[in-house]
Amino acid sequence: MSGNRETLLYLDGVSVTFDGFRALNSLSLVLAEGEMRAVIGPNGAGKTTMMDVITGKTRPDTGKVVFGKDTDLTKMDEPAIADLGIGRKFQKPTVFEPHTVWDNLLLALAGDRRPRFTLWARQTSEESDRIDAILKTIRLREHRDRRSGDLSHGQKQWLEIGMLLAQEPQLLLVDEPVAGMTDAETEQTAELLREINRTRSVVVVEHDMAFVRALGVKVTVLHEGSVLSEGSIDHVSNDPRVIEVYLGR
Amino acid sequence: MSPWTFRLCLVAVLGGAALLSVLNLALPETAAFHVPTYAISLAGKYLSFAMLALAVDLVWGFAGILTLGHAAFFALGGYAMGMYLMRQIGTRGVYGNAILPDFMVFLNYKELPWFWHGFDNPAFAIAMVILVPAVLALIFGWLAFRSRVSGVYLSIITQALTYALLLAFFRNDMGFGGNNGLTDFKDIFGIPLQESSTRCGMLIVTAIFLAAALLVARYLVTSRFGKVLIAVRDTESRTRFLGYRPERYKLFVWVLSAVIAGIGGALYVPQVGIINPGEFSPANSIESVIWVAVGGRGTLVGAVLGAVLVNLGKTVFTGALPELWLFALGALFILVTLLLPGGILGLLGRPPRRPKNVTPAAEPAE
Repeated sequence: MSGNRETLLYLDGVSVTFDGFRALNSLSLVLAEGEMRAVIGPNGAGKTTMMDVITGKTRPDTGKVVFGKDTDLTKMDEPAIADLGIGRKFQKPTVFEPHTVWDNLLLALAGDRRPRFTLWARQTSEESDRIDAILKTIRLREHRDRRSGDLSHGQKQWLEIGMLLAQEPQLLLVDEPVAGMTDAETEQTAELLREINRTRSVVVVEHDMAFVRALGVKVTVLHEGSVLSEGSIDHVSNDPRVIEVYLGR
Repeated sequence: MSPWTFRLCLVAVLGGAALLSVLNLALPETAAFHVPTYAISLAGKYLSFAMLALAVDLVWGFAGILTLGHAAFFALGGYAMGMYLMRQIGTRGVYGNAILPDFMVFLNYKELPWFWHGFDNPAFAIAMVILVPAVLALIFGWLAFRSRVSGVYLSIITQALTYALLLAFFRNDMGFGGNNGLTDFKDIFGIPLQESSTRCGMLIVTAIFLAAALLVARYLVTSRFGKVLIAVRDTESRTRFLGYRPERYKLFVWVLSAVIAGIGGALYVPQVGIINPGEFSPANSIESVIWVAVGGRGTLVGAVLGAVLVNLGKTVFTGALPELWLFALGALFILVTLLLPGGILGLLGRPPRRPKNVTPAAEPAE
């Protein structure tokens, strides 16, 4: 499906065990440059653990995670991986609540992360232009000076997506972006992700099948820590094994 | 932490110290508004404690590190100053020994221990006031933050740190005067310590250092560094996924805070006239956390206010009903936690929330 595009992310035989429980069972997955992929699966299928492994929060027991040409992510920690160009949005929206919407984006903006820089940093006009542009994309322009903790749930989700954009990652990992959103917000979010996908690769973990269908991208179904099925949404939803996993219990 | 409370605090600290000094020096002792010299030293002590409180607020209020051992840095700064003051005594000690302080003669020391060398030089002593707390904080912080020790566990090891130092400094053969500590100081920088003018001078110097520390702290917490720090305090893991290394931010503010505490201790010792291992006691560190909680955590100004008010209360209370002070302190902490989670500053500090239905879009753009 991805044709001859370069591979951006490659998971090869990744296994993770927590106290005897196999969260990931020799999971393999290939993501092409510029691709958007939806990952679905019942609870405990290993979706969040997969994100944890890619972003350096969890080290796999076995297996390889390769980013770009030959960068081995399993040897790196979270800030190093973030620096490399992998951004992550959490299931529960986590924004910096005491800060304004503007400051949240300012902190997320790609740039020098060292204390010796932030200690003396002054906001540049280039930075404010970029924040303005992101605010427009995530539709939070009127809320720029609000304390982000006071935003609605859906607005926080967008702010977090905006923070991801500000990081300018090559790859975005988005965990359940529409959980708790209204139908209208869900639709806008799908649109937003498609817009983002024009310039970046995206992996979306989601429960909401209508949303996945709206995205219209290749779907990977996880079950018990490995890939059960892969293909278009119609393909996987007609796959008897997928039907069994979703409906069989 | 609105600008006006901050400015008011600076004016109160500097102006208060100047006013007290004038009332002490310019008025005859019989005048109604004369301030006795002991009150000058008392005020100096409160402001030294305010520096400790400020140091605690910087790490607890802005980096989320609940330190229960910050008095250790305060006491180390105090000991460095105390060692200098001991060497200033010279031959005026009870035993009249030009090199060895009284306690060393008493304990049969033959020569000055190596770590006492250089403390006759004020510049060296001042450098040590800063370096000793800084190096200890650097080593401790590097180990703790790198291993991602946080929360209650970190609080417990800070407590262990100060307790270990307490036990060590109690030992006579450590060479710091054991149980009695360092005392009987005569001069500071060649000026007699007991003079009223010296006392006023020290109060004013303390006020200046406190004001400077407030300015540094305020710059820090309102800078982009401070914004990252607050983000680390509330959601440390999220900052990692943004590419920040929280341990570096924590380490920087931790070391800076230790230095502020150490300077506070160095200013404290000449004004109270003694430093002993009791300053390392865990209760002192916990008390400093209470000052911050009472004044308002994460406000800087609240730390200063809390330190001065609680210590003023302590002075009055321990004079009138000494056995009840600890109960009063405990009750104060519980009441503040339950009724005033934002401390005294919390009552007036936070600007009223903008009504929900007013659209901020009407505001002019920056």
